[in-house]
Parts: sequence; structure tokens; C-alpha cells
Amino acid sequence: MDFISILSIFVLACFVGYFVVWSVTPALHTPLMAVTNAISSVIIVGALVAAAAGGSPSAKWLGLAAVVMASVNIFGGFAVTERMLAMYKKKERK
Amino acid sequence: MEHVAVSPWVMLAYLVAGVCFIIALRGLSSPESSRAGNRAGMIGMAIAVITTLVTHDVASLPEIGIAIAIGGAIGFVIAKRIAMTAMPQLVAAFHSLVGLAAVLVGAAAYLNPEAFGIVGATGEILTVSRVEMGLGVAIGAITFSGSVIAFLKLNGNMSGKPIILPARHFINLGTLAAILGLIAYFTQDQDPWVFWTVTGLSFAIGFLLIIPIGGADMPVVVSMLNSYSGWAAAAMGFTLHNTAMIITGALVGASGAILSYIMCRAMNRSFISVIAGGFGGDAAAAGGGTAIDRPWKRGSAEDAAFLMKQAEQVIIVPGYGMAVAQAQHALREMGDLLEAEGVTVKYAIHPVAGRMPGHMNVLLAEASVDYDKVFELEDINSEFARSDVAFVIGANDVTNPAAKTDKTSPIYGMPVLDVEKAKTVLFVKRSMGGVGYAGVDNEVFYRDNTMMLLADAKKMVEDIVKSMG
Repeated sequence: MDFISILSIFVLACFVGYFVVWSVTPALHTPLMAVTNAISSVIIVGALVAAAAGGSPSAKWLGLAAVVMASVNIFGGFAVTERMLAMYKKKERK
Repeated sequence: MEHVAVSPWVMLAYLVAGVCFIIALRGLSSPESSRAGNRAGMIGMAIAVITTLVTHDVASLPEIGIAIAIGGAIGFVIAKRIAMTAMPQLVAAFHSLVGLAAVLVGAAAYLNPEAFGIVGATGEILTVSRVEMGLGVAIGAITFSGSVIAFLKLNGNMSGKPIILPARHFINLGTLAAILGLIAYFTQDQDPWVFWTVTGLSFAIGFLLIIPIGGADMPVVVSMLNSYSGWAAAAMGFTLHNTAMIITGALVGASGAILSYIMCRAMNRSFISVIAGGFGGDAAAAGGGTAIDRPWKRGSAEDAAFLMKQAEQVIIVPGYGMAVAQAQHALREMGDLLEAEGVTVKYAIHPVAGRMPGHMNVLLAEASVDYDKVFELEDINSEFARSDVAFVIGANDVTNPAAKTDKTSPIYGMPVLDVEKAKTVLFVKRSMGGVGYAGVDNEVFYRDNTMMLLADAKKMVEDIVKSMG
């Protein structure tokens, strides 16, 4: 992909982000931060590429370390979001 | 070696992952749709990871499996055990990991550019990739060191007081200029010293940027670092030409930026002044001072219970002090008892009531308060005038009418909850001496319609519950 197509995707995604985030109810801003944390760990894709490739052992180990960190975030982020969202209830109590 | 031709199916898979992440955020527009949204996020992540693994020659699958298992187990255990009051620290810690992961990926791409397909015909790293890599590593490093400081401040390992270095603006701007200059130079010379100096300086600037920011401004800082972690992921997405990373990075970047803006607006502070730092340590001692000299009324738990039982509508205004005292469960019990008496109970939340955006809502949700009884400032402020009792617990600055009238007050212009318009204000506070973050006295304490309930928040609410029984 050339730079301009990537930049186009980026700019349009910024606008999508802007509108989607303003529509998030303020009551869910903490889960929003937790889940954005989890999804920004999609950086694991880069970590996996580095960890999978042969050629440079140091790059591989850096990649593996990044895989561990991103995994903490992915599992931790989604799980804690799930835990918080499960607490939001209305009128069903008792 | 030019860019490896990627199958359109692979690009499509990453695009689907990106769309799943958009759906995840969209789900948060209401609590009903939020859990389905979160699942969409998980599916998106699974698609991204699996696509990456099946489209690369993986020479080290067992190691990768172990790495994911270790990280996943740590993350999972932390997520299950963390107290909801500690959510801001947890989020800061998670941000630091995203930042560090971005730095590591950037370093790996620098050391093994062939694996990332960013090597030009001459055997050197492509110029545009060098810029993207440099920016990604710089933002990642700033996110990491900044988040570590934010974590230490929020977790209480480090004082919330601003640490002011002499000539800090000069040092910070100089360092930033050096980083940008070196990234520009990196396009001409891909020598290791350039790359590692950029990395090192970026770690330093993240640290320097956050230490002068006081505890009161931490909600803005956490949101800002959220934004940075997104931009770091986006920059890495540019390096890797990966749509899932670019879309996600843009979403997260936008999200953090909007949350920072909302927090700044709620405190009537400009983003620049927050970044410049120096405002609001923990329980600032400055200002006010004349707290004890003026007449005020003290009430008992019995008085409070009697007043609220007679009321038609009670609005509860919780602040961070309530969470610190762990009074939310007792508070919900009090609300239940009042409702059993036919009283309408509502909760009013100021955007900066907790330590991060939406924090108070989570704490109330944890105590099983129905979310449709919980209202944001702009939705409930007109209702105080029609309410019999405003029950303020653990909040202070966010109820201070000086913000509306006193131009000399440090909090002038900040949107506040109009608690003084209720027929009676019950103000739960530990003692008359202490003041809020902003270090200003609160006019509400001395009004004729205010009754001060001086005790630990949890103890007071429990006593009120007993008196109601």
C-alpha cells in the first residue's frame, strides 16, 4: 500500500473515532478507557511479526517481550471491561 | 527487496478487525449494547492475531504461545482482582505497557527491517518508514515513562504534589526539539546512535512532562496518555502498513483526546495550562484559611434520617471522598430504604467526581445502583431547586458556588452542581478544617439551609441507615 492510501485510512478513521467517541455515554467513560487500552494492544501484530521472523535473535526477543506486554493488556483490558460492564444494571435487582 | 505483495484477503481480514473495534466503541453508547460491543472487540483482536500468525512463516510458534499465555494469565488475574477504586492506576499501568510494546516493536523493526518489509532497493530502511518508526518509538516511549509517573502518583507511591524543576519549559521544549530534529536527521543517517538517542530522549521527556502535573489534574493526564498510546499504535501501523493498527490507533487517539477535552472543560482549565503543570497537589493547604470562624450548623445522623424520610426527592452528590471511605454500598442501602419510604432518589455526578472520566459511575454501578438513577451534571442541575434534600458526600469543590460568582476564586468558571438550591443541603465531611483539591473554602458550609454531618463518610451513612430502620 502506498503512503497516501494509508494516510487516507488514517484520516478517515480519526473522523470515525471522533463521532463514535462523542456518542459514548459519559457513564461508560471508564470502560471506554479500559477497552481502548485493550484494542490499542493490536500492536501485538507488530510484535508477532518481529517474534516470528528469523534472522535477528535480538529482534525476536524484543518481539517476544512485546507480545507478553500486549497480551497482558489484551486479556486484562477486555476482562476488566467485561467485569465493569456486567455491573451496569437497571431495575432488575430483586 | 521491495514491499512484499500482500494478498487482498489478508488486507480484508485486518479491515474486518478494524471494523470490529469501531463496533466495540460504538456499543458503549448505552449500557445495553456495551457488552456485545466488548465481544466484537475481542473477535476483532482474535482476527488480527490469527491473520498475522497464519500469513507469516512462524519460526518460533512455541515461544509465541508461551509469551501470550504468560501475558494473558497476568492480565486476566489482575483484571479479576483489581478494586474498582484502583481503576485509574490500572489504566495508567496498561497505558505504560502499550507504550513500551510500541518501543520494542519499533526497535525490533529497526534491527530486523527485512521482516517488516521496509527495506528499500539499496538495502537501507525506506525513508518514509524511518520517519514513521522514529515517531512511533518517540510517542511510545513518552507514553511509557509518562504513564509510569501517572501510575506512581495515582497509586500513592509518589506524592501528588507537582514537582517543579527550574527552567522546566526550556528543558522540555529543548528536548522535544532535539527529538524532532534527530528524527529528521534519521532520514539521512540510519546509524544506531540516532535511533537510540531518540528513544532515550523520549523516555526522558515523558518523565519530565508528567512530574510537574498535580494530583488534581490526573484525570486529564490519564486521558491524554490514553490518546498517546493510540497515536503510538497508529504510527506503528504506518510502519507495518497494517490497517487494523491504523484504524485502532486513530480511534484510541481520538478517544483520549476527547476525554481530555471533556475533563479540561469540567475543571474550566485549558489543556495548555494542565500540560504546563504546577496546579493542585493532594489536599492543598493554601488559600481559604478562615474556615472555622463563621457560624455553621451541625446535624446528627438522626436529623439527616428524619429530613430525608420526609422528603419527596433526594439528590445524592458523591465525590471521590465517598469512594476513599468505601461508603458506596452503605449509600446504596440508604437509597433503597428511602425508596421504600416512597422518596425519589437520584444521583448527580460531576465529570471530575472521580479520579478518571466516568470513575464515579463505575463505583456506583459496583454498589448495584441502577444506572438510570445516575445523572450527569447538565441533566440534573435544574432539579436541585425542586428537591428537598441534596446529600453531598465526599465532594467539595464541585459544589462550590464561588465558581459561579467569585471571579477571584481559583475555581471560577468551573461548572458546579447547584446543591445550595435544594431546600436542605446535608453535607457529609470529615471535619470543618479540610478543603478540597483547589484549596478554597466552600460557601455552602455556612448557608442557613445547610447541615454539616461531620464524620467519616461510611460511618455517617451507616448511622443514618440505622436511624431509619
